[in-house]
Amino acid sequence: MSAPSITIPQSDVQWSLPARGPMAMYCMIAAEAAIFTIFVVAYIFYIGKSLAGPQPQDVLRVPVFFTICLLSSSLTIHFAVKLLRRGKVVSFGLWWLLTIALGAVFLAGTAREWHHLIYDEGLTIQTNLFGTTYYSLVGLHAFHVTVGLLALGTVSIFTLSGNVRQEHAERAEVLSMYWHFVDVVWIAVFIVVYVVGR
Amino acid sequence: MSTQSIAWPKSGVARRTLVENLHEWVTTVDHKRLGILYILYALLFLAFGGVEATIIRIQLIRPHNDFVSPQVFNRMFTMHGTTMIFFVAMPLVFGFANYLVPLMIGARDMAFPRLNAFSFWMTAFGGTLLYFSFLGGDGLYGAGNAPDVGWFAYAPLTSKTFSRGHSTDYWILSVLVSGFGSVGTAINIIATILGMRCRGMTLGKMPLLAWLNLTMAGLVVLAISPLTAAQLMLLVDRYLGGHFFDTQSGGSAVIWMHFFWIFGHPEVYILVIPAFAFASEIIPVFSRKAIFGYPIMVAATVCIGFISMSVWAHHMFTVGMSSAANTFFVLSTMAIAVPTGIKIFNWLATMWGGEIHFKTPMLFCVAFLFQFLIAGLTGVMLGSAPFDWQLGNSYFVIAHFHYVIVGGILFTFFGAFYYWFPKMSGRMYNEAFGKLHFWLFVIGFHLTFDFMHIPGILGMPRRIYTYEPGRGWDIWNLIVTVGVFFQAAGVLVFIGNLLWSYFRGKYAGSDPWDAWTLEWSTSSPPPSYNFATIPEVRSRRPLWDLKHPEDPDWQYE
Repeated sequence: MSAPSITIPQSDVQWSLPARGPMAMYCMIAAEAAIFTIFVVAYIFYIGKSLAGPQPQDVLRVPVFFTICLLSSSLTIHFAVKLLRRGKVVSFGLWWLLTIALGAVFLAGTAREWHHLIYDEGLTIQTNLFGTTYYSLVGLHAFHVTVGLLALGTVSIFTLSGNVRQEHAERAEVLSMYWHFVDVVWIAVFIVVYVVGR
Repeated sequence: MSTQSIAWPKSGVARRTLVENLHEWVTTVDHKRLGILYILYALLFLAFGGVEATIIRIQLIRPHNDFVSPQVFNRMFTMHGTTMIFFVAMPLVFGFANYLVPLMIGARDMAFPRLNAFSFWMTAFGGTLLYFSFLGGDGLYGAGNAPDVGWFAYAPLTSKTFSRGHSTDYWILSVLVSGFGSVGTAINIIATILGMRCRGMTLGKMPLLAWLNLTMAGLVVLAISPLTAAQLMLLVDRYLGGHFFDTQSGGSAVIWMHFFWIFGHPEVYILVIPAFAFASEIIPVFSRKAIFGYPIMVAATVCIGFISMSVWAHHMFTVGMSSAANTFFVLSTMAIAVPTGIKIFNWLATMWGGEIHFKTPMLFCVAFLFQFLIAGLTGVMLGSAPFDWQLGNSYFVIAHFHYVIVGGILFTFFGAFYYWFPKMSGRMYNEAFGKLHFWLFVIGFHLTFDFMHIPGILGMPRRIYTYEPGRGWDIWNLIVTVGVFFQAAGVLVFIGNLLWSYFRGKYAGSDPWDAWTLEWSTSSPPPSYNFATIPEVRSRRPLWDLKHPEDPDWQYE
C-alpha cells in the first residue's frame, strides 16, 4: 500500500519551525514551576502559624556564600555552552566541571544547614509547620539540584571519554536551561524562606 | 526525502507468532500504536468504572437496600471517580491526540517517540497500581482494601488517623505516577504541534483539532503539576509525619481543597476541549461545510483555557469563603460560559444550511450539542454561590457533572470512535449497530441523568449508601438505576460492533467520509511512516484543495 502524496504547488515560502528540544524543556520548566508555586504558596500560607517549636527567626541563618556559589554556577554553565558552540571542547569541560563543583558546594551547604537545624536546634520535618514546609520546599529544591548534578555529571563523563563534540552544543544548552531554572527557583526560595519568612 | 513508494515483499514472510506480535506492541514507539494502546487501555478501565457505577446504582435502587456494605459503597464511588477521570478519560484524550495529531499536521511521528512510550507505560502502571489495591491495600477493614476517601480525598480523611493501612497510599501513588505520564505526553503534544508541522501549515492553517489539543496540553502542563505537588505534600504528611493538612498542628484542611481543585477544575476543560475538537472535525464533514468562524473558535478555546485556571473555588462555595472570594469565583465561572456559548453557536452555524448526513458520528455530536448546552446551563446555576449553598454536595451536582462528562464528553468520544475507526482499523463499522448503540445510550443517558437532578433538588446528598423511604426520592432513584442498564447495553453493542467490524467489516478505503484533513490522504490503517512524501498544504482543508482544484480554499483564506 503506498499512500498518495499531497503536494499542492506553492510559492516559495520560508518554512522554519522552532526546535523540539528547547521547546520541550520550556514546557517541563513550566510544569516544574507550577509544582514549586504550590509549595511556595503553602510556605507563605503557613508563615507564623506554627503552634510550637523553633521559629524561623530564631534558627535560620542566611546562606549568603552558598547562594553566591549556586547563582554563579549559572554563569559558568553559560560560558561552558558558549565555548562548546565554538568547538572548544577542553575549555567547555573545565567550565562544566566548575559548574558541577559549585552545585556540589551548594548541596554541601544545604546538608550542613540541615545538620545544624536537626542536631543543634531540634527542628525536624515533624516538629511543627515551619519544619514541615521548610524541609519540603528546600528539600524539593535540593532534589532538583541533585538531579541536575547527576545530569551534568553524565555529560562530563561523556566529555572525559571524548564523546562530546561541537554538534552537541544544542543539547548541552537544553540541559543548561534546566540548570538556570533551578537557580531561578533558588532566588524565589531564598526570598520566601530567608527574607519574607524570617 | 525519497518519493519512491516502498514495496514490501509479501511472499516468503512467515506469519509472526503471538509472542513476536506482543513484543512488537510492548516495545513500540509508533504514535499510532501507542494511541491505540491508550484507547484499548481506557476501554478496559471503562468496563471497570462502569461495573462500579452499576454497583452504586443497584445499591441505591430502593431505600434500605443492602446489596453492598457501606464500606464497599465508599470504595466503589472512590474507585469509580478515580478510574473514570484518570484511567478512562485521560487515556482516551491522549490516545486520540497521539493517533491523530501527527497525522493531521502531516508529521511522521510525535516529537519524542520514546518519551511517548514512557508516558503511556507510566499511565498503565498507575492504573494497575490502583486496582492492585483491591488485593494489596491493607486498610482499616482488614486485608484487601481499595481507596475509600472519595476521588478528591479531602483532608483529614486522608490522614494516618482516619485512613490506616495503605489504601489511601495506593490512591496517591497511582494518581501521582499517571500524572507524570500525563505531563510527559502533554509536553510531547506541544512540541509536536509547534515543531513538526508540514510545510505550509502555519498556526492559522492547522486543523482545529490540533489547536484544541495544543490548548489541552498546555492546561495539562499547568494543572496536573499542582496535583502532583499536593500529592507530594500528602505523602510527606502520611510517611514523614508532616503537618500540611493536619489541623491539630495548625495545618489547614481547606488548603488541600484549594490545591486539589486548582487541578480539578482545569481538568474538566482538559477533558472537554478534546471533545470540542472532535465535534469541530466531525460536524463540518457531515454538514458538508467548512467550520464556521475558525479564528473565533481558536480564540474562544484559548480563552476557555485561560479562564478555566481561575474558577476552581466554585467547587468550594459550601466550605465558607470570604464574600470577596465568592464574588470573584462566581464572576469568573459565569464568564467562562461566554466563550463556550460562542463555540456552540459556531457549531450550529456550521450545520446551518449544510447538507447534513446523520451517520453515527454525527448523531453523537448532535446529541452532544443539546446535552452540553443543558450541562452548561446547570453549570451556570451551580456557579451562582447562593444556589450552590442550597444544592452543593447534592445529587443535583452529580447530575450536572455527569451531564458534562457523559452527555458532553463521552458522547463526542463515541462519535470520534466511529468517525476514525475506519482509519485506525481499515474497516467500516456496522452502521445499524452504531445507530442502535446511539439510541440505547441516549435513552439510558436521559433516564439516568435527567431524573438524577430531581432527588438532588429534593435534598438527597451525594455519597450516601442508603436512604429512608418516604422522602420522595424512591421513584427517582429507581428510574435512574433503570437507565444504567440501557447505557450498559449500549456499551456492549458498541464493543461488539468494534470487534465484529475489526474482523468482518467492509474495507473502508483511505477516505470513506470524503473528508478534508490530512489523515484521510494516507491509507487505512496508515503505514508506520504515515506519509510516503511529507505533504505540503496551503489551506485548512488540504484534501478539499486536492479534490477541487478549480475552487481551492486557499483563494479565500
